[in-house]
Amino acid sequence: MKKLFKFFLVFFKIGAFTFGGGLAMLPLIEREIVDSNGWMTKDEFIDSIAVIQCMPGVIAVNTAIYLGYNLFGFWGTIFGALGSVLPSFVIMIVAAEFFLTFRDYPVVQAIFKGIRPAIAVLIFSAAVRLGKVVEKTPYNIILAVGSMAAISLLNIHPIIVIIAAALIGITARRGHTQNENAD
Amino acid sequence: MKTLIELFFTFVKIGAFNFGGGYAILPFIEKEIVINNGWLNQHDFIDLVALSQMTPGPISINSATFIGYRLAGLISAAVGTLGLIFPAFFLVTTVAATVKKYRTSYWMDCAFLGLRPAVIGLITAATISVGRTSLVDIKSVLIAAFAAVLVFKTKLHPILIILASGTVGGIIYGL
Repeated sequence: MKKLFKFFLVFFKIGAFTFGGGLAMLPLIEREIVDSNGWMTKDEFIDSIAVIQCMPGVIAVNTAIYLGYNLFGFWGTIFGALGSVLPSFVIMIVAAEFFLTFRDYPVVQAIFKGIRPAIAVLIFSAAVRLGKVVEKTPYNIILAVGSMAAISLLNIHPIIVIIAAALIGITARRGHTQNENAD
Repeated sequence: MKTLIELFFTFVKIGAFNFGGGYAILPFIEKEIVINNGWLNQHDFIDLVALSQMTPGPISINSATFIGYRLAGLISAAVGTLGLIFPAFFLVTTVAATVKKYRTSYWMDCAFLGLRPAVIGLITAATISVGRTSLVDIKSVLIAAFAAVLVFKTKLHPILIILASGTVGGIIYGL
């Protein structure tokens, strides 16, 4: 119960500080789930992201539900989903009440201009840290750079990239024995 | 009551087709909310987008809460938001259970070995897309450098780094 509540708080925090949407919440989730609480290894975390990216919906909420299920079963999904949704819910209701009066304050805009570059750096740091657990074989490097180029340069949808990578993984490693692939 | 049910199912629909996340879903929300149901006018919708950019949280959740609240208050805000996450809830739980069951199988293991480097590439691509829109002048590059020092040289929590960068932004852009 105590752990469930802690899990709820983790995603509440993440929900309250996710600016920029999508993978912007990744460094925060990684810090909380892998580093601070040790609920998952980096490998397990990367695997989870791959699966989560293939599903429709809000990444932060899906991550909360997926990790919640894996860590704490059914109640984990409920606590995770509520934790990740509540901050936006409260903030939007307050915002709808005081409808947009603060939007045009220059200082508010200035603060957000400052936050955005930091988000880019934070996301990059997640790639660096998670990349450490992936072996630096030529095969893996080509897959990583290829995936990045496919998305950034060719505008290919991430879901297609993920499915392709899974198929490549299956084809390329077919000769390997079960033991070599076990972590 | 009828409106509440309509609201719920409209957001179930939006949640079920919410591929790509973030702004990719906006045209769909606009069609459902502004054009099909007339729950919000065009002007309010644009304000909603602006507001979503300035507040934390995913834009589709923001939209569901905001539209629900404007429609009939707190309860409809909750109904819209729950509707939005409803499809994901079932899908994600089912997928999580399936993956857990077969995770140790040989084929699944091979697939994940291919996926890991791809995920690193994916995250790098997200960095590039955020960087493109946020690194726009010397000041923003300086803030990024400042954040990079905090991220890579200290053990500061990401939330503190976000707050610190916001403060620096407030000072150098505001003054």
